[in-house]
Amino acid sequence: MSMYTEQEAKAILDKAIKASKADQCTATLTGASGGNIRYALNSVSTSGYVSDADLAIEVAFGKRIGTATINAFDDKSIEAVVRRAEELAQLAPENPEFVPAIEKQTYKPTGTFIGKTAAVTPEYRAQVAADCIEPCRKDKLVAAGFFTDTQNFAAIANSKGNFGYQTATGMDFTCTVRTGDGHGSGWVARNLADIGKFDAKSDIKTAIQKAKGSADAKALEPGKYTVIMEPAATAGLISFMMFGFDARQADEGRSFLSKKGGGNKLGEKLFDERVTLYADPWDAEAAVLPWDNDGLARERMPIITKGKVDFLQYSRYWAQKQGKKAIGQPGNLIMVGGDKSTMDLVKGTKKGVLVTRTWYIRLVDPQTVLLTGLTRDGTFYIENGEIKYPIKNFRFNESPAIMLNNIEEIGKPVRVGDDESPFVMMIPPMKVRDFTFSSLSDAV
Amino acid sequence: MDRRDFLKITGAGLGSLTIPSIYGRAVAAEVLLTKIDVATKKRLADVALHAAKSGGASYCDVRIGRYLRQFVITREDKVQNVVNTESSGIGIRVIAKGSWGFAATSDLSNEAVAKAAGEAIAIAKANARLRTEPVQLAPTKGVGEVSWTTPIIKNAMEVPLKDKVDLLLGVNAAAMQAGASFINSILFLVNEQKYFASTDGSYIDQDVHRIWAPMQVTAVDQKTGKFRIRAGLSAPRGMGFEYLDGKAEDKITLPGGAVVYRDSYDMKEDAIAAAKQAKEKLTAQSVKPGKYDLMLDPSHLWLTIHESVGHPTELDRVLGYEANYAGTSFATIDKWKSKDFKYGSDKVTIFADKVQKGTLGAVGYDDEGIKTQRWDLIKDGVLVNYQVIRDQAHILGLKESQGCCYADNWSSVQFQRMANVSLAPGKDKLSPDDMIKNIENGIYIVGDGSFSIDQQRYNAQFGGQLFYEIKNGKVTQPLEDVAYQIRTPEFWNSCAAVCDQGDFRFGGSFFDGKGQPGQVSAVSHGSSTARFNGANVINTARSLG
Repeated sequence: MSMYTEQEAKAILDKAIKASKADQCTATLTGASGGNIRYALNSVSTSGYVSDADLAIEVAFGKRIGTATINAFDDKSIEAVVRRAEELAQLAPENPEFVPAIEKQTYKPTGTFIGKTAAVTPEYRAQVAADCIEPCRKDKLVAAGFFTDTQNFAAIANSKGNFGYQTATGMDFTCTVRTGDGHGSGWVARNLADIGKFDAKSDIKTAIQKAKGSADAKALEPGKYTVIMEPAATAGLISFMMFGFDARQADEGRSFLSKKGGGNKLGEKLFDERVTLYADPWDAEAAVLPWDNDGLARERMPIITKGKVDFLQYSRYWAQKQGKKAIGQPGNLIMVGGDKSTMDLVKGTKKGVLVTRTWYIRLVDPQTVLLTGLTRDGTFYIENGEIKYPIKNFRFNESPAIMLNNIEEIGKPVRVGDDESPFVMMIPPMKVRDFTFSSLSDAV
Repeated sequence: MDRRDFLKITGAGLGSLTIPSIYGRAVAAEVLLTKIDVATKKRLADVALHAAKSGGASYCDVRIGRYLRQFVITREDKVQNVVNTESSGIGIRVIAKGSWGFAATSDLSNEAVAKAAGEAIAIAKANARLRTEPVQLAPTKGVGEVSWTTPIIKNAMEVPLKDKVDLLLGVNAAAMQAGASFINSILFLVNEQKYFASTDGSYIDQDVHRIWAPMQVTAVDQKTGKFRIRAGLSAPRGMGFEYLDGKAEDKITLPGGAVVYRDSYDMKEDAIAAAKQAKEKLTAQSVKPGKYDLMLDPSHLWLTIHESVGHPTELDRVLGYEANYAGTSFATIDKWKSKDFKYGSDKVTIFADKVQKGTLGAVGYDDEGIKTQRWDLIKDGVLVNYQVIRDQAHILGLKESQGCCYADNWSSVQFQRMANVSLAPGKDKLSPDDMIKNIENGIYIVGDGSFSIDQQRYNAQFGGQLFYEIKNGKVTQPLEDVAYQIRTPEFWNSCAAVCDQGDFRFGGSFFDGKGQPGQVSAVSHGSSTARFNGANVINTARSLG
């Protein structure tokens, strides 16, 4: 069993904290059950189901910390894991950056659990695969995709009387459709809280259309272009930029948010004034747990407001050192936008490039957050508001800090999954001028 | 591992320290020294094999694994974290009704193992309905009861934690004394105790060890607001703690003055050099973009080999099994069948192996019980082979698997993973000192940096750690803001020279990702210094205003 009720979880955590003889004890109980199905070449390749739970104990004697985990929850096992954490703490060197356990927090529940998503069956997963494979087979196309669903819970408690419990669900779907001759490739992705809103049969049409429409692409000269970036195309760039929002790194002079001469750029206007980004654990479409990894309560908070940097992430240690208040770290990133769809943005574009998604994004220079990566699975030339023809993929070398100063128009945000990002994201399609494509790629 | 992962692990970036769950459960250090005895493993394996056969499986393999990791994470004068993890359990893979099924459990009781075998069969039968043709396994003979151990001299798990902490803090102090503004240093130690058994009659016990000691040294100039990072020049290796002995015979001073390492690493010496070089990078000349002849040190070239040869010659990618994630490959079957596809110049012979001593990929047998070997992928420039596992061998008309199967945990299903892929040294005597003499207008790159490649492995871009301008046969000055872009076949066809065996060294990746759900693997890439003519170099400096 890996899913525990609030009462069961609390009983386990209380036992652990009571068993501890250390100066302080924090206990975390998490569990998850999840299934997945993977298919390629129009055939299911693997499917699996994993279920597990873990109790993690962190204790401290003075500034010495010890951590141990276990996946058995009888009285003897709980006692054993607490003793082990205590033994490790006694052996550990003193941590000069030690911060005491958090005080009792108030957590206001967020809407992270959707019953329908928790009820996914193996048959449902197989049907998702079939809904993608069948139309592709009929159309002489080749589907490869992955669908995964999970339900989980998290419970935390400490010796200062803090306690929290919440359940959550999630799903993620991606599918790549290629033409039989390999000359065209399209892609679709859905990351949703509520599986009731998911329709593989309908979504696969997007990937099919892009696969067919992208065959035999023309080559354009690399250079600076006006681009319409679909939400998935910019999500990776924006979440990469967030690594520069660490206050300590900025104060130490090693972030794009460091100030010449010392200090950081908190409060400075660094982006186009249409750029507003915030975190909100209660957002209806992108809810996240009401506490962060340290157990601090999350709040709705601005990150960038009308282009101005409103937030830097202070770890509890760095906040204490700099005389700041430590607050819960954001679990989601929500970018404010308008009402227009990607295609509405295309309609208003005289000349430009439509980018479905970006791929293999890596940091080239942390000083400027210069990133490189490539377009993939559907790149098109736009003229007079219409998609004219498919074009070959480009490599880009661009900084999100520059891109977010070259905004022409922002559309309606949608929820985006990104397996390289720690955030649940709501990102709009964007029209951006002077986006730097530095070379062509022959990859389809 | 890229910078983003490094930031996650060191806690220097956004989000607190999280060790991915794949690394298992935290345990006390002494647990890392114990083992499950072979007789117990054989008995458990037989329970699973018997259950699978009686349940209707036509084939079954069993992996009983105990995966131990220790991470020691420091910055400047502080130990940020010490993590010991253990993960043990059994993974059972079967063929039933012509289809694969897999199930795993951490419960090593006879009942749980038999139940998992039953689940694997049920999954295989369910998947069979959606399969177009049955799995074909290349034949292999059982090897009986055998064992293999990484030939280590000092078991890193037996080295007291205090010695490891003292080593890293000593390294950090030396860097700070040499002028570094910051340093992050880490030890990653891995021990995979793997037992494999199959219905072919193999019972293989293996004890695999790996070590990695990465660091990042930062220099900050507050007046200008500039900062530069110089990462360590170590390589992750399939070795014990002896890799950190830093023997004099393993140190090589390159033209231009950088010191690199062969089969052991002097971490303190490299930290001091890194501090000085990070400061030099703050004021180095920004590169003028254009065409240059590149001279690439093995500490850099490994990553280019990995991305532009290692991945595109994985047969599952070529066939389309990774199309939705990592991508496919330009090195298609028709190119291989033609027997004249010039992947590179005639200087380019690239081989795959899982046998070279001290490499990350070296094991006695792969995760489907195949004895490991060495074979050519590119011979004198021509694509001649791929990397395959048992259920792919027939596609190429091969009679046996090449032994490229790996799972990163007992709970992960094994699949095709990259073998070590290395550039063979040049046949003629040639040292880096000889090579540089003939370069008129070039850039010498040492150490790996930023990397990115498209989903068919055509267009790639690479940075580095140290860049030197070469004019008329000599290093003239350090450069900064350098990255080069390649189109894979053109790049390898521009290879004009490869230094000889005396310069052959390994680099490697400790956490190479692939698959959905994702798995990691560790792989080495050897080469000697090589020259590539007329590469496209870009300038990566930008202004944020």
